[in-house]
Amino acid sequence: MFKNSNLYILFLFFSYTFLNAQTDERKVTHDFELEIEAEYRYFIDDAKFQGQQDHFPSIAILPEYSLQWNKGYESLNFTGFLRIDKDNERTHWDIRELYYQKAQSKWELSIGLKKVYWGVTESNHLVDIINQTDAVESFDGEDKLGQPMVQFTYTTDNFGSFDFYYLPYHRKRTFAGEKGRLRFPVIIDKDDINYESSAEEWRQDAAFRWSHYFGAFDIGISHFYGNGREPLFTFDNQGNINAFYPVINQTGLDLQVTQNAFLWKFESIYRSSKAQDFFALVVGLEYTFSNIDSNGLDIGLLAEYLYDERDELALNALQNDVFFGTRIAFNDTQDTSILIGGISDLESSSKIFSIEASRRIGNSWKAELEARIFSNIDPNEFILSNFQEDSFLRFSISKFF
Amino acid sequence: MKTIILTLTLLSTIGLFAQSAEDRGLEIAKAAENADLGFKSSTVELKMTLKNKNGQTSERLLTTKTLELTEDGDKSLIVFNSPKDVKGTSTLTFTHKIGADDQWLFLPSIKRVKRISSNNKSGPFVGSEFAYEDLSSQEVEKYAYKFLNENGNLLNVEQDPVDPKSGYTRRIVTYNKDKGYRIEKVEFYDRKNSLLKTLTYSGYKLYKNKFWRAASFNMVNHQSNKETLLQFSDYNFGVDLAEEDFTQVALKRAGN
Repeated sequence: MFKNSNLYILFLFFSYTFLNAQTDERKVTHDFELEIEAEYRYFIDDAKFQGQQDHFPSIAILPEYSLQWNKGYESLNFTGFLRIDKDNERTHWDIRELYYQKAQSKWELSIGLKKVYWGVTESNHLVDIINQTDAVESFDGEDKLGQPMVQFTYTTDNFGSFDFYYLPYHRKRTFAGEKGRLRFPVIIDKDDINYESSAEEWRQDAAFRWSHYFGAFDIGISHFYGNGREPLFTFDNQGNINAFYPVINQTGLDLQVTQNAFLWKFESIYRSSKAQDFFALVVGLEYTFSNIDSNGLDIGLLAEYLYDERDELALNALQNDVFFGTRIAFNDTQDTSILIGGISDLESSSKIFSIEASRRIGNSWKAELEARIFSNIDPNEFILSNFQEDSFLRFSISKFF
Repeated sequence: MKTIILTLTLLSTIGLFAQSAEDRGLEIAKAAENADLGFKSSTVELKMTLKNKNGQTSERLLTTKTLELTEDGDKSLIVFNSPKDVKGTSTLTFTHKIGADDQWLFLPSIKRVKRISSNNKSGPFVGSEFAYEDLSSQEVEKYAYKFLNENGNLLNVEQDPVDPKSGYTRRIVTYNKDKGYRIEKVEFYDRKNSLLKTLTYSGYKLYKNKFWRAASFNMVNHQSNKETLLQFSDYNFGVDLAEEDFTQVALKRAGN
């Protein structure tokens, strides 16, 4: 009896200390956000291929949830995505992020599905390779699929940061379906694209990146070894396309020099595989005239040169091109901004013009306008010629909850 | 001979007492800096209310972390919590006593960290009446000083920005010498030397028995009749932040 009550007191004591520890170190904060977007895409020209449509009303839902504790040094993060569109292939859902993260002074560990961005240039994102591109979601390639990974980051005092990635699973790229625009004459079913590796999507891949900054310089050096994110297209004598994901080694370098109103940017990669070795680079600058006439207006001018040794087989069709653009930010209460750009092929007549504008409405709405115009596309362009009738306007409005 | 010595003594005595306005101004700025030394690190929640000339308002919520550095300017990390379309957008700033600040921006939708130019000092911070230079760490080296007058416990000092990219010809800063040289008011004169804005501080509270922090900053633009009110809450000086909490890795973590 005596013994039991002692145990009982001991139990009370421990539960008290445990509860105390919980209130202090384990204070949990939750956060839930939801964005619902209505979108309308209108393709101006008559379709090039049979079955393609002109009008694409669409809806997207983006829920986000995060749970933080240990003063924010530990967290669980989730971002989901669902789009419903007229094109069956563009109707898709994804777990953009679902990972646990723990940070402690010099290191940080993330386990789960995550998005990672590398690079500095605007018109093309060469070194950014960790995540598969969500190719049906947007034309600019900035939307990505969640990538399963273990990421370990170690930050040193004087030698920058070291990132190590273990990537246990590969995700295939989705291409537009029959009704969709921005596709090839043959509808590519993502399941028909195979792997060079016998382990297929379960090939265990790895990547590494070192990044640092000294004064005006920000530098990153990276290496990736594993299933490529871009499928490689080859042709047989009958003109049939054979596409597969090669095993690649890709070394990347990104550099930015920030000097007053100038940003000098450089990105390059060298990719090697059994079927293909190539080099590609983007080099450019951005100059911003800020607070023009003291009314807050910023006008940035951008110019970039793009080179890709693959020539016409480059999936993004940017082999030897120049990009010019201007970024206008009004710095008003509604965060109105406009990005206007044009890419011109130096060896042919092909040009792509684009406008992206956005503005907040009230406190919880946002409107976006996008236009992409394919102009004078050279019929000999292997990839781009398929898109010559695919100039489009896109309007979207989002509500945030 | 005697008269000469006497005159010399007299002159040097006057010289000793009549400290130049420049020296007195600098001395006050240094006294204010010294009074705020040793806070090490802090976090604070900030509500920004923007009011246009018709009285319509819009709000932003931010969390700010600051790390004090003595040999160079402070480091700060700002995270936007609202409006929701920019939630998670964050900036990391390393201020320097001399030369341009280093600044990075995190864009949460594409997870991109972008080094940005800190050239745009005079531009408005997120559409507010505060310019970037009004919100950056106030280092003594960034101005030339001139003491103007004394009004009871209040000292008025003119400050001329060293950086030609500043949007101001001068600021007139009112210090309260009895309250740790805290700033009560700042008047900003534009490049044409006409009064542009007035910033008033109110709701001061003393933290850790040493650091005065105002609960609100109200900036009134006399030329556009717009106003921005900053309201600070949950000041925390016990967070014990370190250099590792002010890296690009920490910037990405904060914005997620």
